[in-house]
Amino acid sequence: MKDLIVVRVVTKLLIPFILLFALYVQTHGDYGPGGGFQAGVIFAAAFILYALVFGMTNARRAMPERPMLILVALGVLIYGGVGVAALLLGGHYLEYAVLVSDPVEGNEIGIWLVELGVGITVAAVMMTIFFTFAARKR
Amino acid sequence: MATAIAVVRLRNLVAVVILLGLYSLLMAAVWVLLDAVDVAFTEAAVGAGITTVLMLAAVSLTSREEKPAGRPSVLALALVAVTGAALLYGTADMPPFGDSDNPIHRHVAPRYIYDSPAEIGIPNMVTSVLASYRGYDTLGETTVIFTAGISVLLLLGGRRRKDKAGGSGEDGAPGEDGA
Repeated sequence: MKDLIVVRVVTKLLIPFILLFALYVQTHGDYGPGGGFQAGVIFAAAFILYALVFGMTNARRAMPERPMLILVALGVLIYGGVGVAALLLGGHYLEYAVLVSDPVEGNEIGIWLVELGVGITVAAVMMTIFFTFAARKR
Repeated sequence: MATAIAVVRLRNLVAVVILLGLYSLLMAAVWVLLDAVDVAFTEAAVGAGITTVLMLAAVSLTSREEKPAGRPSVLALALVAVTGAALLYGTADMPPFGDSDNPIHRHVAPRYIYDSPAEIGIPNMVTSVLASYRGYDTLGETTVIFTAGISVLLLLGGRRRKDKAGGSGEDGAPGEDGA
């Protein structure tokens, strides 16, 4: 698909907006539909689109394998870490209310962190799966 | 419904994958009609988007045509019919659709609806249920995704690396191959 100039230009124009939309869905999940899961998928979709149009070599340069594997684990670690942090602060596992002095604010922060963890893991796993499949083709 | 039947009937796997994406998109529209926008969002992004791409990637690794099936088994048809009939019979006992006295609206839902803005402080109830009241479940889901990614890497990525090491004969440690 490297010769199709329209596809290349439109993809280049679209990808920043897809990434921005993913971040919007990620951070706006508290107020509207969306959250970590959807945001992660949209974020990964941007990279998959890039890989489809510009080829695997360029996509690998944009998102190398090792950082991606670290991100896969990092998301789950953030999620579990919030739970452990709540334990250490004297609450139950994943009881966000104890994270800061105000329980409601603690809940907001906890949910934000947990959604961030979900988003990171989902995005990294989707990219990993696609890249692994695509690498098998050659 | 028509897409589902077409998916079962078709033998061209690429067409099946595209139709499954269409099916997901239609399901997303159904969720929107049922006011479940969060589910609709997920269905459209995951079902219609990513899954289609991943399935196409998987199809490209195998053949494009399904193998011709053997003779349809009468026993299987009977089993499916009996199960379907049992499920239909079961729906007769379901509470009426949309009735506010249904069990689902009397258990924890009122607390989510009335207390979650004060308790959690965020307006989207779906998010507060997902991440706070049902935080354990979401942690489990994230772990499932994590496990899926790791499994794909182990199954597909690992073999590729071994092939490469074997093919190019680069310095791969001999002990590693034995283990």
